Amino acid sequence: MKPRVGVVTFPGSLDDRDAVRAVALMGGEPVPVWHADAGLGGADAVILPGGFSYGDYLRTGAIARFARVMDAVREFADAGGPVLGVCNGFQILCEAGLLPGALIRNRSLSYVCRWVSIRSEATDEVLQVPIKHGEGQFAAPIDDLLRIEAEGLVAFRYCSPEGLVDDDFNPNGSAHGIAGIRNAAGNVLGMMPHPEHAVDPDLGPTGGQHVFEWLLAAAGARVPTP
Amino acid sequence: MNTTEDAPLLNLTAEEPRHRALALTDDEYRAIVERLGREPNDPELAMFAAMWSEHCSYKSSRVHLRTLPTTGEHVLVGPGEDAGVVALGDGVACVFKMESHSHPSAVEPFQGAATGVGGIVRDVLSMGARPVALLDPLRFGPLDDPRNRYLFSGVVAGIGQYGNSIGVPTVGGEVRFAPCHGPNPTVNVMCLGFAPAERLLRGKPGREGSVLLLIGASTGRDGIGGVSVLASRTLEDDAHGSRPSVQIGDPFSEKLLIEACLEMAERGLLEGLQDLGGAGLTCAVSESAARAGLGAELDLDAVPQREPRMEAFEILTSESQERMLAIVRAEAVEAAREVCMRWGLDASEVGTLHTGGELRVSHRGRTVAAVPAAALADEGPEYRRPMERPRWLARIREDDPARQDLPVSVEEAFVAVFGSPDVASKRWVFEQYDWLVQGQTVQGPGADAAVIRLEGSLKAVAVATDGNGRYGSLDPYLGGALAVAEAARNVASVGAKPIGMTNCLNFGNPERPEVMWAFAEAVRGMGDAAAALGTPVTGGNVSFYNESGDSAVYPTPVVGVVGLLQDYRLAMRPGFTEAGLPIYLLGETRPELGGSQAADVLFGKVSGRPPALDMEAEARLHAVLRRLAQADAVGSCHDLSDGGLAVALAECAIAGGVGFHVSLLVSDMLPWVALFSESASRAVVTAKRGRWQEVESTAHAAGVPVARLGMTGGSRIAVHDLFEIELPDALVIHEGAIPRLMAPGRVGGD
Repeated sequence: MKPRVGVVTFPGSLDDRDAVRAVALMGGEPVPVWHADAGLGGADAVILPGGFSYGDYLRTGAIARFARVMDAVREFADAGGPVLGVCNGFQILCEAGLLPGALIRNRSLSYVCRWVSIRSEATDEVLQVPIKHGEGQFAAPIDDLLRIEAEGLVAFRYCSPEGLVDDDFNPNGSAHGIAGIRNAAGNVLGMMPHPEHAVDPDLGPTGGQHVFEWLLAAAGARVPTP
Repeated sequence: MNTTEDAPLLNLTAEEPRHRALALTDDEYRAIVERLGREPNDPELAMFAAMWSEHCSYKSSRVHLRTLPTTGEHVLVGPGEDAGVVALGDGVACVFKMESHSHPSAVEPFQGAATGVGGIVRDVLSMGARPVALLDPLRFGPLDDPRNRYLFSGVVAGIGQYGNSIGVPTVGGEVRFAPCHGPNPTVNVMCLGFAPAERLLRGKPGREGSVLLLIGASTGRDGIGGVSVLASRTLEDDAHGSRPSVQIGDPFSEKLLIEACLEMAERGLLEGLQDLGGAGLTCAVSESAARAGLGAELDLDAVPQREPRMEAFEILTSESQERMLAIVRAEAVEAAREVCMRWGLDASEVGTLHTGGELRVSHRGRTVAAVPAAALADEGPEYRRPMERPRWLARIREDDPARQDLPVSVEEAFVAVFGSPDVASKRWVFEQYDWLVQGQTVQGPGADAAVIRLEGSLKAVAVATDGNGRYGSLDPYLGGALAVAEAARNVASVGAKPIGMTNCLNFGNPERPEVMWAFAEAVRGMGDAAAALGTPVTGGNVSFYNESGDSAVYPTPVVGVVGLLQDYRLAMRPGFTEAGLPIYLLGETRPELGGSQAADVLFGKVSGRPPALDMEAEARLHAVLRRLAQADAVGSCHDLSDGGLAVALAECAIAGGVGFHVSLLVSDMLPWVALFSESASRAVVTAKRGRWQEVESTAHAAGVPVARLGMTGGSRIAVHDLFEIELPDALVIHEGAIPRLMAPGRVGGD
């Protein structure tokens, strides 16, 4: 039985169809979830995709956190359900308080679309994935940042192709080169790079497969045995 | 200024007849009176002024555009609809169109460019297609001027902000710089969309009783100006009411419009769909009615308005963004409104179609206009404007740069050309665009052509834009022909078969005979090349009046060619990625430096004759490239254009990270001329291991000259006896040029 992965569409979500395609390619069963839904359609995992929810005219993710579906997402996350937030999804998770910190405007003040290398803090693997965002600079008060580091919540850092974390390879000025973080329980992951655009070998590097493997495994653990 | 790029801003005086204030000539006014059998009232006159404007009626260009080849094996919809359509096979249609937003961008670069993207996306959407790719051909003045840097950075940021926020990848385009574009930046935007062929919204939309549903943003006073100014009244009554007419884009609403319209199309709720662009509601309603051979009732009180007390002519000609007009059967209206509501969009019943051909407009409960819809949409004037070949042209064309002495070493010449902004890497631009969203981008910006695959299929579309203003200024016929050849060659260089083209024709004031001559010549050249290369013209856009003071833009026909690739996995790429592969030059090199990048950079000269174009040789090259791609015989393929062989080889090395060593075996011209010559119909390929005989024999069999230049390998760009440069140094020259010019300290500074 394939793990069922809910992909939430907010008004202004852009990479929702891409996340659906990636879930299917990686062996999961994608389940479309609408922002106004009360539930998650029985999904075993949830993706909040990239985009500009509600136009992001106020502050990225600031309105989406109030969407009806977010109550269900919060409940799901609190119960240990695996949640992946990508780009705008990461911003929404931070606004919703499910992850610490915030994403602010890139250091360059420009939108940037580029393939980058990130290092998995758990496995030391270097992954090739694309970023595409204008507000992807991870920021947090120094106390929070120290706690994030002390508790080992950093999931990914921007790095050189060889895995060296250095400011030269930090595309947006993120504190400590942070590209993705998780919650203390380890079931909620937010990241600015787009794993869903790095799963199909016909289109380029496949660093995103690593992320989907985690998500599907975590979802599979919740699949009731038939 | 507004999107109708017709007239300079009008100076309204009380004594001036109202039609002249709206840029209608006395003859045009008489034609309106004759057609109506009476004097038009104010709202009617505003509608005629908008619809008979150059922008909407193509009155100066139509006689020339009519000569273009518009039919072919793949063409489903030619010119006349909102966008052209070619068939890709398997029931999939590709909808595409290019448009200009130069004038608004010159006034307000960020919003001007952003709303240009919004407009072209709605053109494609109105055919029922999902927009899948954007390309942006841009022209600016030199970057040593802070104002040009401001325009350049604003336009790029505006395109990025809009395109990125609606989830349509920006996959290509080009950027060039020339002094004539300082006061007249050129901002063209091309959009492609895919739709199931049987679901295309085209032809005669709607029947008697069909409901006109206005969807999306409310209607404000934005975008009223230029031609549509009955604002003499506004100016008199309220001098402060004459606000700038550049519209502000709301990409979030556009994204909702895209999804809502496509959902309605998928569910079969739409008879027709019309975007609201230039001339706003007037254009959308009159064209819909005229196309259906009907008339319409339009109730302006039902139009959601952003501001109180809007006049009828304002509602009729407002160019407020992010609006679409759906033509829906009465029984489908409820379902259509539900879809819109789900996406958070307003949908208002603003009218109905009816027999009789008359467009009747009511406002505040009384009829304010009643004119034949066809008179507005189809019966605009048509001019055969005087043409004259400029006298100075002959002298400039005699001045052949290939006869000059090279004032520097070949290495210095290469560094100068390779680092010139036209040739240098445009990474600074395309990194501000999302080229990945939708997940079908096989090749994005920076390659010869972008490649977008069809979901669930091996097929893909290759698309590229091109237009060399220098060539156009020296020989507009060749400028038009070479633009088609180059864009088609770009598409062929990834292995695709060119199947159709669109264009945006950027010219000065058509009332000047030399501009009109150049326009006619460019169209003639484009038509000849389109016929020879199998790329019928499915539509396009004309942008006149790109001049201020004495300075007009180069005659710049920009062409966008769409090609079909049967298997995207076989798409060829430009980069040298492997050492030890033999490098071949396909095509013939002649001492052709007229209008070239090298002549411009090295001598500061735009002179001589542009490269000759043998259209049969060009077509033969395309066929060879296609065969090599299908046979999977080459390691790389890159076409030759600006900067000639030297630039093409260096780009291949940088793209793949592997150097090369080549020798030029030329006896009939100086080596530097051979390096920088821009002779048409050429490409550089490398043969895969063990495949060199196949590459040679394929070229021989097709009658395409083929010469082995050397081998890939090493960390240097090396041209025997002429120059050698380390790859990292070449990278700095190529990648660093534009960032250095745009360094933060310089933007808006100096």
